[in-house]
Amino acid sequence: MEEIYAKFVSQKISKTRWRPVPPGSLQTAETFTTGSWDNEENYVSLWSIGDFGNLDSDGGFEGDPKLLCDIRHHGDVMDLQFFDQERIVAASSTGCVTIFLHHPNNQTLSVNQQWTTAHYHTGPGSPSYSSAPCTGIVCNNPEIVTVGEDGRINLFRADYKEAVRTIDNADSSTLHAVTFLRTPEILTVNSIGQLKIWDFRQQGNEPSQILSLTGDRVPLHCVDRHPNQQHVVATGGQDGMLSIWDVRQGTMPFSLLKAHEAEMWEVHFHPSNPDHLFTCSEDGSLWHWDASTDVPEKSSLFHQGGRTSTFLSHSISNQANVHQSLISSWLTDPAKDRIDITSLLPTRTLSVNSLDVLGPCLVCGTDAEAIYVTRQLFS
Amino acid sequence: MEEMHQVAIAAKDPASGRQLSSQVSILSAMELIWNLCEILFIEVAPAGPLLLHLLDWVRLHVCEVDSLSADVLGSENPSKHENFWKLVTVLVLQGRLDEARQMLSKEADTSPTSAGMCRILGDLMRTMPILSPGNTQTLTELELKWQHWHEECERHLQDGTFAASPHLESLCKIMLGDEAALLEQKELLSNWYHFLVTRLLYSHPTVKPIDLHFYAQSSLDLFLGGESSPEPLDNILMAAFEFDIHQVIKECSIALSNWWFVAHLTDLLDHCKLLQSHNLYFGSNMREFLLLEYASGLFAHHSLWQLGVDYFDYCPELGRVSLELHIERIPLNTEQKALKVLRICEQRQMTEQVRSICKILAMKAVRNNRLGSALSWSIRAKDAAFATLVSDRFLRDYCERGCFSDLDLIDNLGPAMMLSDRLTFLGKYREFHRLYGEKRFVDAASLLLSLMTSQIAPRSFWMTLLTDALPLLEQKQVIFSAEQTYELMRCLEDLTSGRPEHGEPDAQQLQDDDIETTKVEMLRLALARNLAGAIIREGSLEGS
Repeated sequence: MEEIYAKFVSQKISKTRWRPVPPGSLQTAETFTTGSWDNEENYVSLWSIGDFGNLDSDGGFEGDPKLLCDIRHHGDVMDLQFFDQERIVAASSTGCVTIFLHHPNNQTLSVNQQWTTAHYHTGPGSPSYSSAPCTGIVCNNPEIVTVGEDGRINLFRADYKEAVRTIDNADSSTLHAVTFLRTPEILTVNSIGQLKIWDFRQQGNEPSQILSLTGDRVPLHCVDRHPNQQHVVATGGQDGMLSIWDVRQGTMPFSLLKAHEAEMWEVHFHPSNPDHLFTCSEDGSLWHWDASTDVPEKSSLFHQGGRTSTFLSHSISNQANVHQSLISSWLTDPAKDRIDITSLLPTRTLSVNSLDVLGPCLVCGTDAEAIYVTRQLFS
Repeated sequence: MEEMHQVAIAAKDPASGRQLSSQVSILSAMELIWNLCEILFIEVAPAGPLLLHLLDWVRLHVCEVDSLSADVLGSENPSKHENFWKLVTVLVLQGRLDEARQMLSKEADTSPTSAGMCRILGDLMRTMPILSPGNTQTLTELELKWQHWHEECERHLQDGTFAASPHLESLCKIMLGDEAALLEQKELLSNWYHFLVTRLLYSHPTVKPIDLHFYAQSSLDLFLGGESSPEPLDNILMAAFEFDIHQVIKECSIALSNWWFVAHLTDLLDHCKLLQSHNLYFGSNMREFLLLEYASGLFAHHSLWQLGVDYFDYCPELGRVSLELHIERIPLNTEQKALKVLRICEQRQMTEQVRSICKILAMKAVRNNRLGSALSWSIRAKDAAFATLVSDRFLRDYCERGCFSDLDLIDNLGPAMMLSDRLTFLGKYREFHRLYGEKRFVDAASLLLSLMTSQIAPRSFWMTLLTDALPLLEQKQVIFSAEQTYELMRCLEDLTSGRPEHGEPDAQQLQDDDIETTKVEMLRLALARNLAGAIIREGSLEGS
């Protein structure tokens, strides 16, 4: 039985992220961070769902997240990433990028480092200075890449005061999200339906590759890379479509799957079980996509959580030339394979802005001022 | 919820504690009014059950008795507890006679002297006729039984059965509905509506709804005793007892600091079809008026505006108009917020608002020199005029810098290119450059010419186009056919002949004119040479 716990936090949540567990440890996720938006005072908060011994009489678990600490954040929290165990990087609508440091001894957060003018329309120093919201961050210790509404890409390194590399006008439209592809390469999505691959080894301000949706230029809002197969990328668009891309082949998505009814705000492959994918949307839904084909009887388990539906999808490029032993389940023709979709939230709420998965744990945050946590994704 | 607030009061500093306790008192007052309205207006309980409901209502809202009871029963010897009689009295006042009897039996156990009296009073409590749900007896039967019971109580009092114990005597008096005895317990009653309900319980158990206001008024007067004037809450409850719905709503609107309560109460009453007769001389009806007020309040809030949308959705008459007016005024500091607002508009087919929000965003982007973004927004708004404006900016930038910016966007316009002529021109002109760059000169040349002949290109841009034709004319092989060359010549002549004569040209203008003249001369020369070449080639091709 999938149990999902709601906690009302009196602020609209824009981002939720699990703290990574140390490599090699057997711990499951127990600490996550949230960022709020649209409040007069926004906060970056740290929560714990620890207390493993604290099972109640029914053998269930005490699911209520407890606030460990929080700190004021200037502007809306646009994106949030854990840099390492103690440090959190936050992107602000004021164009500022901040690293917060968590002190576990006295449970406080403090500002560790800040780039106040990471994103701007008119340069700092000029009298008509106007900032631009920073929309996305991705971290790969020690590097931090940020993108913004100004179409700028910044490469920061922790403990360096200035940006290591800046690509001005990298995009003529708004960049919505960024992720690492291979180490020096990043992938950005923008508001005119394009995926761009940038290689930091190359000088100049041109992307090394552009992939785009056909024709209708639907804005893309989120991107995630398959954890094991680095050429497989999932994106979510304004029309709620899930697109799967093979960045080695073609300039068009490998498949388009009809999904949510409104903007898909985030998409995440499960980090250790990448046949599972999670998406959330402005329409207030949170979906679990299961493309593992070898578990027909197991899939019935997932039907309990709520509305279950299998969507017919159309593949726009039936490339028959993909013959490899290690084919991702996402790069088979989705028209032939069933993908089981389970809705994880019991009732439709306001927009689900963010989600994160780690091990058996999932956390998501909504505009209805609630965070939802489950620790039994695959039970 | 109240418990949570109590915890907060205990934990936080005094300032926030005060604020929280004032919030709690507002909240409990709202709950009190709400429940009373439920009983009176929605349940529409008839005589008999009405009193039972009112008793429940009082028990729910005067709940100090529970902690008192826990306190007394928790002690080693309950009947010797200092608050023992207080507890028994409160229980009797609230009509919780079973519990009161149990307490009395404890007293009887410990003090043999009063055991007899306790038993008699306990019996009176047990035999008090009450209406139980599911019982089929009629009101008249009940009234008759009650009368008998009442007389029995009266007799015990007259006989001085309880004379030895003032506590028991006063309890008996309360059970007789003796006003003076009740008013002695003012402190335990804590408010007039408790007094009212207790008084009704022990003197008019089958009170009719219609008589309620009479007892309510007299209870209020008796309870206050002319010492203090009624407070807003008293007025609201009184209005409810008078079954004056509109007065309740009015008093609530005045007394409470926001529209939350009134809007929801009115909505509930309206759904029960209790407000239909009443029409306002402004707006639509009262329910909608109050909902609109409340939703407008939400929209003024920095973060709760999303909730206001739902309220507007349920206002059939003016909801949409109000939403249209409010939604355009939400400050949009990020595109993400803008997208959320746009989604709300698009779900409701509010095309005009979508247009205007996109336009605001496009303007903002232009101000920030983000032409690509601006163009995207004007395409989304399907705003041809603005697309033209942005395209002009692109072309101007091109003329100044000699190269295009934001190629990723312009190369991917697709069908959106048809939005405005200027945008089509921009897309096609860029295509010309691409063809030229790919050395597909013939295609490039015919595209260039068609841009002028089809009148897509703005006149002001023709000179640039003709200048772009120069290198094509100067190529070794002939690219423009004779026919095409004639067309080009005509375009050039159109352009030069249409130029107005200037008055006194200054030095700068003279220099500009000079460059212009040279350009025209060069073009004419190139055209003539190309024409010659083309005629020869075409002639020789035909000949061969």
